[in-house]
Amino acid sequence: MSLAKPDALGISTTQKIALAGGVIGLLILALALFNTNFPNKAIFLTLALGLIITGIIVYSRDAYLSKLEGIKNDGAWFKSISSRGVWGWIVGVILTTFYIVLYFFPKYLGLGTDGSENTGLISLFDPLSKLLSGRPASQWFVYGTLYTVAILAFGYKFILKYRHNRYQQIRTISVMFFQLGFAFLIPEFMYVMNNDLPYYDLKSIWPLNYYIFDEWSVKGFLSNGNIGLALLLFGIISIFVITPILTYKYGKRWYCSWVCGCGGLAETAGDPFRHLSSKKMSAWKFERWLIHLVLVFSVVMTTAMVYTYLGYDSNDFWLTRGVFIALVIGFLSLVFTVVMLFKRHELGKDAKYGAIGLFAVILILVTMHFTGTTDHVFYVKAGALRSAYGIYIGSIFSGVIGTGFYPILGSRSWCRFGCPMAAILGFQQRLFSKFRITTNGGQCISCGNCSNSCEMGIDVRHYAQKGENIVRSSCVGCGICSAVCPRGVLKLENDSMTGRINPTDILLGNDVDLMDLVNQK
Amino acid sequence: MEHIVIIGNGISGVTLARHIRKLSDKKITIISAETEYFFSRTALMYIYMGHMKFEHTQPYENWFWKKNRIELLKAYVKNIDTDAKQLHFEDGGNLNYDKLVIATGSKPNKFGWPGQDLEGVMGMYHKQDLEKLETYAPNKEVCNRAVIVGGGLIGIELAEMLNSRSIPVTFLVRENSFWNGVLPEGESQMINNHIKNHHIDLRLSTNLKEIKSDDNGRVKSVIIEETGEEIPCNVVGLTAGVTPNIDFIKSSKIELGRGVKVNRFLETNIPDVYAIGDCAEQHEAIGNRRPIEAVWYTGRMMGETLAQTICGNRLAYKPGHWFNSAKFLDIEYQTYGWVFRRKGRPDYEQHFHWKHEDDTKCITVAYHKNTNEFLGINTFGIRMRHETFDTWLTEKRTIDYVINHLSEANFDPEFYKHFEAEIVTAYNNQLQTA
Repeated sequence: MSLAKPDALGISTTQKIALAGGVIGLLILALALFNTNFPNKAIFLTLALGLIITGIIVYSRDAYLSKLEGIKNDGAWFKSISSRGVWGWIVGVILTTFYIVLYFFPKYLGLGTDGSENTGLISLFDPLSKLLSGRPASQWFVYGTLYTVAILAFGYKFILKYRHNRYQQIRTISVMFFQLGFAFLIPEFMYVMNNDLPYYDLKSIWPLNYYIFDEWSVKGFLSNGNIGLALLLFGIISIFVITPILTYKYGKRWYCSWVCGCGGLAETAGDPFRHLSSKKMSAWKFERWLIHLVLVFSVVMTTAMVYTYLGYDSNDFWLTRGVFIALVIGFLSLVFTVVMLFKRHELGKDAKYGAIGLFAVILILVTMHFTGTTDHVFYVKAGALRSAYGIYIGSIFSGVIGTGFYPILGSRSWCRFGCPMAAILGFQQRLFSKFRITTNGGQCISCGNCSNSCEMGIDVRHYAQKGENIVRSSCVGCGICSAVCPRGVLKLENDSMTGRINPTDILLGNDVDLMDLVNQK
Repeated sequence: MEHIVIIGNGISGVTLARHIRKLSDKKITIISAETEYFFSRTALMYIYMGHMKFEHTQPYENWFWKKNRIELLKAYVKNIDTDAKQLHFEDGGNLNYDKLVIATGSKPNKFGWPGQDLEGVMGMYHKQDLEKLETYAPNKEVCNRAVIVGGGLIGIELAEMLNSRSIPVTFLVRENSFWNGVLPEGESQMINNHIKNHHIDLRLSTNLKEIKSDDNGRVKSVIIEETGEEIPCNVVGLTAGVTPNIDFIKSSKIELGRGVKVNRFLETNIPDVYAIGDCAEQHEAIGNRRPIEAVWYTGRMMGETLAQTICGNRLAYKPGHWFNSAKFLDIEYQTYGWVFRRKGRPDYEQHFHWKHEDDTKCITVAYHKNTNEFLGINTFGIRMRHETFDTWLTEKRTIDYVINHLSEANFDPEFYKHFEAEIVTAYNNQLQTA
């Protein structure tokens, strides 16, 4: 619309001072990055992180506590940073560059190679790393620290923003807890206790944690006795037992917006960008293909990986290549058959074709393997698959695009288009879960606040204005659609499976005879 | 192929078109002079507040119309020739119809105030009103103060909009308490307080006398009727209700009252001409409803109903139990069944009122004093479930039953504090039925 837009709503003096403080903190990090050698690294690191955290806290307190409780989205589409303006693009480029350097050129961050001392930015974090685990920092430690700081500080901001909404507050405290404890502190302490154990963030579940079944990882666990074995078993149980049970009871939100680190960052630091996700039907179609292809890729890659380091002989270990492949095929066939038998009427045409097609391809490849001569399952070297997955999915998709593009694509583009874990959880949420977003009869006025604020790009209004519950595989249950609804139309609920999906033509409130006539066709 | 022409692309006309398409293959044309595509009028405020952009207020993507073979025509209808079954457009074109549906909605009321057509005076109803507001009140430097005239739902939304850009607002309300032509006393009081807490200059029992102009024909100030006080301002919002948008029909043979007169089947006095939504006026009101209902969902329901009639299943418009909702700044409001304000309240209707100590949540339950039958509920700051109350109204439950089962109707998000126990205690204390 050709309205003259105010560039940004003015910010107060307190907010300006807070911003300046935060920028100085970032500047210290930038100076370190460009190899300024700070005399007392511990003090400067504390100063930098302290300024950033204090800046965010002071800014948010002034922004939200000076106003009455309520929805605080004023100017979201006016501010340059949150409406793909110049600042949005600048931040996007900086974040993207940071991720590229982090993943592919850590030496520019100052990573010491071949036992040499760290320099630059990484060396600034050495004191904190030594304090926690006794070893010098790595690029991953720097990243983990900044990531945790972001979730904690912006989590605080988010809690203030939604201080009238206990669902939002509790959920945010949960992601802050899991990030600080499970992703950041516990792995460091585990290293202190047993430094042979591979890094393991207990809440990071395969296939999101795509390296847990790598050879080095599995050998690392197995060479550490019962503790290692227990951790490896926990990793397997997480995806095959814990995940299905919790998703059945609460929907995928138990993970995606309460536990997961990617989700945690999206819900806190990413919150100001949530409305940028595309709600177009075409985006939804693209999403359905892309995320499921990534899932297939990750299953194929993991299967091939595990296959290569298993032996042929059952005398060494009961799990041989043959047994393993049989287990994988058996499991996939079971899931496929059950879904096609009981839930095929709930699948879209493209979903059916996609499932049948991909399932057939996997079967053919494996059959060819058993009847043929090649050593590689799926005809590609497992190592090549694994490194391709690590670079293109693990680094570029989830990091560079997923987070670097926050100000352009919105805060959940990885979760929506790429995360194989989200695909598994979503598949179950759509077909076997008690979770749904209930629509409140005929109260919807089609205003679009719900769709606008959906970070997963679900056109929530499309359902709400038909009086239909929202049951979508991609919904992460963040609850913002419900929060911003001005008419009290949406409620996240766990209820019985029957009547969960309720397409209607005539909404509650009209003539009961007409409702019967039209809806019970 | 029968040609159905709908004038107006609001919720009524668009719902009708969608349902005709579901039921038939008829040719459908929707005419609008306001916008190319359907948008949600109720969301205009969020554009000014920066929560959304205009395209986000459009419930259907632009390809939707072609895919569903609904033709859209941007034109202004000048008059209707019902004998020739033909529409004449302002720009000179014509269009023939087999069946015509008038769904032109409303326009803001103007009560003949001196200066009501000056630059900077506007309603808040059409997309063009929003564009005007953006011109005259882009920020507090250009607009030092805005005066809003009329204490209804649009008035308080306009106040919230201006507040979001820190533009000082004076809010003139004719009644002695906000919206007490609809709300019972306690609720109206609570909203008065809430408005003032938002630093809005609320003036109750205050009428507009005139709007003064500067040398360039722009608003300079308003004069208050009661005190003669002059309030300098740059924008005046006229939000004293709406009236059917039917001026262009006056030259036709279609019977008009305040709106387009229709029978229960939404048919006008002319065969094959119908009217739905805000502009339709029932010959006799349905139950406690008003003859003209300018409400989002009633427009939608009339569209749902008329589609049946037009597609061969002649059906009367029989809305179910009354319900509605709104939001007053940060306080959400829902109502199910009938709860009357003091003035004109039926003799048999009595109220139970509970208010939370923080002055942002309350409920009022209306019941029949002889039979104890539950008649309706107003709820502020607590979301309630439409389906549950609809069922209870149909089953004619007693107030005792409703109060004691209130938690079943709760629709607040998970982990929210519940107040049912407190409400039951207050109920038992007030009515001593424990």
